[in-house]
Amino acid sequence: MITELGHFALILALCVAIVQSVVPLVGAARGNLAWMAVGRNAALVQFALVALAMLSLMHAYVTNDFSVINVVENSHTDKPLLYQITGVWGNHEGSMVLWVFMLGVCSAAMALFSSNLPPDLRARVLAVQGMIATGFLLFILLTSNPFLRTWPPAANGQGLNPVLQDPGLAFHPPFLYLGYVGFSVGFAFAVAALIEGRVDAAWARWVRPWTLASWCALTIGIAMGSWWAYYTLGWGGWWFWDPVENASFMPWLVGTALIHSSIVVEKRDTLKSWTILLAIITFSLSLVGTFLVRSGVLTSVHAFATDPARGMFILLLLLVAIGGSLTLYAIRAPALKGGGLFAPISREGAVVLNNLILSCGCATVFLGTLYPLFLDAVGGPKLSVGFPFFNRTFAPLMVPMIVAVGIGPMLSWKRGDLLGALQRVWAAYIAAALAVLVAWYLTHGGPIFAVLGFGLAAWTGVAVIVEWAERVRLFRVGLGDSLRRAIHLPRAAYGMSFAHFGLAVSIAGFAASAFDVESIDTVQAGSIVKLAGYELHFVGVQREPGPNYTANRSTVEIRRDGQLVAVVHPEQRFFPLQQQTTSETAIRTNLLSDLYIALGDGDAAGNWTLRAYWKPLVPWIWIGAVIMAFGGMVSLSDRRWRVGVGARARRMAPAMQPAAGD
Amino acid sequence: MRRALFLLPLVLFLVLAGYFGLALRPGYDPQTLPSAMIDKEAPQFDLAGLNGDGLSRDGLKGGPVLINFFASWCVPCRVEQPVLMRLANREHVPLYGIDYKDQPEDAAKLLAQFGDPYRRVGLDSDGRVGLDFGVYGVPETYVLDGTGHIRKRFVGPLTAEEVEKELLPLLKALNKS
Repeated sequence: MITELGHFALILALCVAIVQSVVPLVGAARGNLAWMAVGRNAALVQFALVALAMLSLMHAYVTNDFSVINVVENSHTDKPLLYQITGVWGNHEGSMVLWVFMLGVCSAAMALFSSNLPPDLRARVLAVQGMIATGFLLFILLTSNPFLRTWPPAANGQGLNPVLQDPGLAFHPPFLYLGYVGFSVGFAFAVAALIEGRVDAAWARWVRPWTLASWCALTIGIAMGSWWAYYTLGWGGWWFWDPVENASFMPWLVGTALIHSSIVVEKRDTLKSWTILLAIITFSLSLVGTFLVRSGVLTSVHAFATDPARGMFILLLLLVAIGGSLTLYAIRAPALKGGGLFAPISREGAVVLNNLILSCGCATVFLGTLYPLFLDAVGGPKLSVGFPFFNRTFAPLMVPMIVAVGIGPMLSWKRGDLLGALQRVWAAYIAAALAVLVAWYLTHGGPIFAVLGFGLAAWTGVAVIVEWAERVRLFRVGLGDSLRRAIHLPRAAYGMSFAHFGLAVSIAGFAASAFDVESIDTVQAGSIVKLAGYELHFVGVQREPGPNYTANRSTVEIRRDGQLVAVVHPEQRFFPLQQQTTSETAIRTNLLSDLYIALGDGDAAGNWTLRAYWKPLVPWIWIGAVIMAFGGMVSLSDRRWRVGVGARARRMAPAMQPAAGD
Repeated sequence: MRRALFLLPLVLFLVLAGYFGLALRPGYDPQTLPSAMIDKEAPQFDLAGLNGDGLSRDGLKGGPVLINFFASWCVPCRVEQPVLMRLANREHVPLYGIDYKDQPEDAAKLLAQFGDPYRRVGLDSDGRVGLDFGVYGVPETYVLDGTGHIRKRFVGPLTAEEVEKELLPLLKALNKS
């Protein structure tokens, strides 16, 4: 009964979404305020209906309703409650419901917090959101309905993929989707602006917080996914350039470009058509990512079950959404006139450089990911370009950008003083040189790229601090004066500093992975493995039952200089239902390095494979990502987003006229 | 001219969509790796060796052998390493390695550190032999019979289970015939 209610709610949501996409748009075209106002209410009602559908699906999972096919295929009575709930989005159909739920959250938030927007822009933005929701709701109802029943009900479910029964992966999709879907707001703003033929500073000021919030969510989502891969796959790697990972990384790269270029639109009233294009591409890449993951056109370690009919539908959706918006772009964007003049050495120049490099980086990842597809379509052999391609192309591309991250914020708008800026960051040169020398010494001339990576991390980190010190005029004026300046610095400035500093921290983590120490040994009870100054005493393995698995739980004592540091229990879990084994690695971290121990296969004679890694600075990768996302949130809390400065500015600014075709 | 520039994103996207459409054509499935090579003669190759002796297809004829594509940059290969070591040391399976798109020094370092399960290793630095075999990624393992025909292909790291249930029975059958 509740399941049917969910199904009906979803159908109703589709109807409301259609209303939401048509009525406000017509209203805006005719200047009918009442029709425009429909957008807000429709968005709220649609959100309530999608939330109802989501809850009823969750209800079916929690109550083990095995007359619902989706529950039968993905759940089991033995499964812990937490994974019964998160199992809702651990499969294709449910994850699509989560997708439209997140879209509903964004639309509703848009509807509630947009009262300071001009009514026509607001109506158009909400209408575009409605169109996206219409597409995805149709997709769910026509090809991936999670509410289908089966009769007679199954006695029990088939269980969730054991790999997904993990807290890291359980909470990673909501963040990822919030990021993907959040970019739809920027997309909707871009399309609305193209329809209006008007982009100004106020427009950028409305777009930015939405993009920033989605970017934060996506950053967290990607970091969680990588952290999950690190501790669960048992190989010690944290990024595999897998198509699914790349699908989330590409929108992140372009989204990063977007949050920078929209600052230029806001402050300098230029780079408009480029920013619009970025907003379209960012969300388009989220859609393409969805297509790649679900259509089965690329092979991946964690792809969803795939179905060509679904692939075809998403392709149609892509054609309408991306093709439509790019057509609109081709027609209207040439008429958007840029504002002020542009000096190459200036803050906006630095942002352009940042945008160029990030876009190139994204294009590289895109080509690397889709290369097998392109080659195969023309009858070439199947192959994947793999790790070496990305490491050789993407990493060097990022070097100039990281250098620019240190300098860019020091340049002033309109015309910057590069020489002056270069002189002011002398401390960063010293730090970079020192970092290179220390890394070189500690690693006895390790891989040149990794040593340089430390230099870059130190350069960026210190340049960020120097920039802050400049702003508060540290040591130039009295300490109390500096403190007062520090307190009154806008939150956005702190946000930037945190985000850039987080990047530096992550880079140090990436670079340090070149200095990993690893050992793979066959051990028996009593064996000792020596690794990076630690002694690992392998005590033995015990069989232990879990809720829906049996585990081979080993005990390893970590000692240093004879002192017991910790006792850890890497284990292998066997899930009889799926006949699948997962490994639970033991990670001992002191935030400067990880000791990573994974238990491998064993034999009847009591010989076990033990893989142990010592990974310096690896936690910094995720700490850096968290700092970046924190920076984004600090910037979001800046009060200029809350006060209606943008709205007032817009009312005073003359509407931009589309320039005559040239 | 300027207008054409604004059309570019749309054109690029349509080309891309065309490729997506091609990939969705019926019968195309990237998950099933091509079986065209199965039961055919392995592609001809003659590679320089890592430590002295080279590796060629015709030099391997005479009995069933295993050819394992690996690389020092490949993380899953390290997962597979203990399985290969056991195959070589306990089951005495004739195992040959092809070092795919890799630096010889790196491969040597890897084998020195984790143990060398291979009787001989051929260097496929430019990946050409991998291309001829249709290698999708590393690691991949091929079973060749005594006449140099490919009898089975394992994609991804070999697991102890695959060895027990598929690989060893197949080798036993090949040895008998």
